[in-house]
Amino acid sequence: MNKILICLKRVVDYNVRIRVKPDGDGVVTDGVKMSINPFDEIALEEALRIREAGNAEEIVAVTIGSQDCQQQLRTGLAMGADRAILVESDTEIDPLAAARALHALVEKESPDLVILGKQAIDDDCNQTGQMLAAIWGRPQATFASKLELAGTTAKVTREVDAGLETIEVDLPAVVTSDLRLNEPRYVKLPDIMKAKKKPLENIAVSELLGDTEPQLNAVGWAPPAQRAKGILVDDVDGLIAALREKDLVT
Amino acid sequence: MSKVLIIAELNGSALNPSTAKCVACAQAVSPDSIDIAVFSHQCADAAATAAGITGVSRVLCIESEANRHPLAAVLAPQAAELAADYDYVFGPSTTFGKDVMPRIAALLGVGQVSDIMSVASPRSFARPVYAGNAVLTVEVPEGKTIVATVRTASWKDAPTGGSASVENASVTAEIPAHTRFVELASEASERPDLQTAKKVISGGRGVGSSENFDLIYQLATKLGAGVGASRAAVDAGYVANDMQVGQTGKIIAPELYIAFGISGAIQHLTGIKDAGTIVAVNKDPEAPIFEIADIGLVGDLFEVLPELEQKL
Repeated sequence: MNKILICLKRVVDYNVRIRVKPDGDGVVTDGVKMSINPFDEIALEEALRIREAGNAEEIVAVTIGSQDCQQQLRTGLAMGADRAILVESDTEIDPLAAARALHALVEKESPDLVILGKQAIDDDCNQTGQMLAAIWGRPQATFASKLELAGTTAKVTREVDAGLETIEVDLPAVVTSDLRLNEPRYVKLPDIMKAKKKPLENIAVSELLGDTEPQLNAVGWAPPAQRAKGILVDDVDGLIAALREKDLVT
Repeated sequence: MSKVLIIAELNGSALNPSTAKCVACAQAVSPDSIDIAVFSHQCADAAATAAGITGVSRVLCIESEANRHPLAAVLAPQAAELAADYDYVFGPSTTFGKDVMPRIAALLGVGQVSDIMSVASPRSFARPVYAGNAVLTVEVPEGKTIVATVRTASWKDAPTGGSASVENASVTAEIPAHTRFVELASEASERPDLQTAKKVISGGRGVGSSENFDLIYQLATKLGAGVGASRAAVDAGYVANDMQVGQTGKIIAPELYIAFGISGAIQHLTGIKDAGTIVAVNKDPEAPIFEIADIGLVGDLFEVLPELEQKL
C-alpha cells in the first residue's frame, strides 16, 4: 500500500501518579512527564513493521494539540515515521472534533490504512477511531491484536470479551490497536538526531474544522472514592476466619 | 417526554446481562419510556429476556441475516436510524458497546459519554478518567441526543418481572459490505462468566506458568468462582486475553475477589475497585495491592493455595 496514517496523542505518562487539583478543575499536569499514549506507540510500531515488510511506502504521524506536542511527534519520527503533521489547537479537542479533523486530513492525504490506539490513557474515552471510521464511511477493526494484510483487504484479530474475534475488512480502513498487537521499539540516539531533519508540518485546526463547539462540558473533577483500610492476617486459618466473618465462604 | 433506546448485547442468540445494567442506568435519568433494540438473525430468545426486565416499555426486533454477528459497521447505521426518535441511546461499556456506540454517536453527529458510573442529573454524568484515578462529571448541552456507554460494574441488574411488548422494527439504512465476520475463537468454559461472577479468583505474574494456573482453577472450582488474571499473566501467555482484568481488560465488581501473585499495578486495581471484598495474597509485603485489599496475607501462593483449597 501507499500510505499509512498514524494518530498520536500526548498524554500524562502512564507511570505518573495522578492527582486531582484541590479546586476540582482538572488533574495536576504542571511539571509532570508527558509521553505518547502507549496504545498509539503500538499503532506506530505496527505501521513500521508493515513498511519494513515491504507493504507500505510512507508513514505519516499526526497529532492534535498545542505546540508542545511537537515533542511527541519528534519521538514518533525517531521511531521511524517519515513525516509528521501537527494540527494545532490551544483548546481541548473532544473525540468527535478530533475524528472530524482527522477525516479532513484523510481526505487530503488519502491513506490506505489509519491506525490509532484503542483509547488514550488520560480521558479513557475509546471513541476517536470508531468515530473517524463512521464519518469516513469505512470499516473499523477495533482492539486489534493481529493485523494481516492481503492486497486490498486486511484480516484483523480483535480482543473481545468472549475471546478473539477475526474480521475481514476492505481497505482503506481504520484499525485501533490493543496491547498485544506488538511491543514498540526503543528509540536510539542517532534516530533522534535524524528525526530533527524530517518534515513536520503545522496546520491550524480552524483550517480543518468549521465548528469546534464542545459536545460535553466538564462540570467538575473529584478524586475517586477510597476503600476503607483493610486488615492483614497471619496465615490461612486467619484468612478463612476473616472470610467466614463476612459470610463469603462456608 | 424523554425516551431511552438501549442497544442490546447478545451472546449468540441470548441476551447478555449487561443489557439489564443499561436499563438500571436508564432508569436513573427518569425517562418516560425505555425501549431495547435487539439486532440479530434470530431475535426471539433475547427479545423475550429483554421484555422481562422491569422498566422496559418495548422491545424492538431488527431481525436480518446481516445482523447475525455484532459488526459495528453493520449495526451502527441501523441503530442511528432508530435513534432519531429518542433522546438517549445507551449501550454497555463492554467490548461490544465500546465498538459500536461511538460509531452510532458519530453518525448522529454528537459526542459520547463513555462509562457512566452515576447519573448526577438527566443531562450530567460521572465517569472515570485516568484509569479511575479521577472522576469527571460531564454535562451534555441541551438539544443533543445523549449517546453513552454504561460502566457495567457500577450498576446492578434491573430486576426481572416486567412484561414489555415485543415488536418487529424495520430499517432502511444501507448495510455496508466492506466488513465481514470471519470467526470467533472462544474457549468453552463451564466456569461462571468473569463479568457477572459473584466470586472471582485471579492470578498474576507470581503464578509463574500456565501449568501453575491449575492451582487457581482448582480453588475456583471449589468456590464456584470465575477466573481472572492480570495483564502480566496474559502477556506471559499463562492464560487467554479474555481473562484480563483492568483498565484495558474487564472491569468487574464481584462480591469476593481473591488475587494471588498480583502486585497491583494501578491499571489492574482500576478493574477491581468496585468488588465487595478484595483479598490479596502476595509474598512481597510492599506490593501495592495491599493498599486496597480488605484482607491481606503476606505469603507464598504455592503454599497458601493448596492449604486454602483443602481447608475450605
